[in-house]
Amino acid sequence: MEILFFLFATIAVVAALNVILQRNPIYCAIGLIVTLCSLAGLFLTLSAQFIAAIQIIVYAGAIMVLFVFTIMLLNVRSEEAKVDRQKFLRWLAVPLFLALLGEVYYVVRTVNNPPPQIPATGTAPPVEILGTVESIGREMFTSYLLPFEATSVLILMAIVGAMLLARREKASDVIQTQATTTEPEEEPVISGMGR
Amino acid sequence: MSVDAGFLIEALIKIIIVFHVVLIILAYTVLAERRVLAVIQNRLGPNRVGPFGLLQPFADLLKFIMKEELIPLAVNKYLYLLAPIVTLVPAFMVMIVYPFGPTVRLPYIGDVELYVTRLNIGLLFVFALTSLGVYGIVLAGWASNSKYSLLGGLRSSAQMVSYELSLSLSVIGAVMQAGSLDLVEIVHNQSGAWGMGWHLFWFQPIGFLVYLISAIAETNRVPFDLPEAETELVAGFHTEYSAMKFAMFFLAEYANMFTVSVIATVLFLGGWNGPFVEQVPWLGPLYFFAKVFFFLFLYIWLRATLPRFRYDQLMNFGWKCLLPVALLNIVISAAIGVFAL
Repeated sequence: MEILFFLFATIAVVAALNVILQRNPIYCAIGLIVTLCSLAGLFLTLSAQFIAAIQIIVYAGAIMVLFVFTIMLLNVRSEEAKVDRQKFLRWLAVPLFLALLGEVYYVVRTVNNPPPQIPATGTAPPVEILGTVESIGREMFTSYLLPFEATSVLILMAIVGAMLLARREKASDVIQTQATTTEPEEEPVISGMGR
Repeated sequence: MSVDAGFLIEALIKIIIVFHVVLIILAYTVLAERRVLAVIQNRLGPNRVGPFGLLQPFADLLKFIMKEELIPLAVNKYLYLLAPIVTLVPAFMVMIVYPFGPTVRLPYIGDVELYVTRLNIGLLFVFALTSLGVYGIVLAGWASNSKYSLLGGLRSSAQMVSYELSLSLSVIGAVMQAGSLDLVEIVHNQSGAWGMGWHLFWFQPIGFLVYLISAIAETNRVPFDLPEAETELVAGFHTEYSAMKFAMFFLAEYANMFTVSVIATVLFLGGWNGPFVEQVPWLGPLYFFAKVFFFLFLYIWLRATLPRFRYDQLMNFGWKCLLPVALLNIVISAAIGVFAL
């Protein structure tokens, strides 16, 4: 199983580097899709089959499609290489990045990371039902019911907010302003197109 | 389960057999479409090449191979060449979960299950791969750098993404009844009862209708094929593609049709179940293919008969009519499952 982890991890890292280093935004979006699919592969190596499938269906198959639509419809252009205005940032960025790497190394080395264990209270479920739809569904609707319902309310709020922000003027608003300003105008130029 | 050499060899042989069988079925589906369409339109189809035109797919294949491979100058070359691959590979990868039949006994080898693999999340795997197939169309439309392609690609992928919702929701009723996402398990759940155990009759008729309509929209077929209509958009997203690349798009469309037919058979029509299939297991694949061919014929019949929807009518229908009906189906199925059974 180690080789599968390294394979998917390498693909994920290379694709993620692609996302930040490519100039053409479509290539960045494709890099992100490849990253998400390799993450799904990593989930599979951890026996989380449902999450892997849902990752591909929802994230790589719906959300990224919308990203790609936006890039295409808005005709986002490739970035040109810009001249660095503030050179001192360069001297700040490299030491901070090394500090981040050091922190990550410290955490990985010192924190105890056993493979995922099921807590030993009661009977441990066998690995075969660890990530299945049935076990997730059972937990989601019994122990984690409140977070599930709260998440659905949150998503509903997001949808209503998006619709409110994105809607056009209603027809009644337009007619109201037209009624007050077009009163003195008579005789439409082309009869039959009067309203 | 252990991954040893025997398992790998068996899987490899099954994959090779399944791939070739389905490829030949797809090639002859193209011929069948032309013949059936022709007969419905009161003319004959291609019947010159070989007896009854049965060698026509090989003639078409030869034509596609020999044709000049054009790459227009203005296209984005990487994405232009990537798009047919991204469309075709998921369309063929789905075949490994098709349940062709029950376990049969071969003379020297022993018991062999007639599917390549049996995934716990079989149905989700199918939906994941069809979601990935949308990218081929989007990329083809954009990379071709032409108005018709871009519009066709955007329309087509918007339509596919919209109808994916009602597609996934419509199958939830059948999944609830079978209690599993495993395709083999769903087929087992519909066995016995002289065909009355099929999910189509055993309270999923609404689900079946919604699934069928959503799936036809998902595969961009008439009456939902405005993104590919010749009179509207030249040829939609595959306008700038020629020869083998076009053949890959073409093949992917028929492979998607086949996938939809297989899932409809497995989820609603009982898969390989039929009279005397427990006693004679080899009847299983026969019934399975009979049902799948019925759905393919239905696709062709619809193409010959119905006019196409306008794009805004199509999107309205998907979001405002099919989606609520699919949700209603889930509620009704759950209610029947809890209270009546």
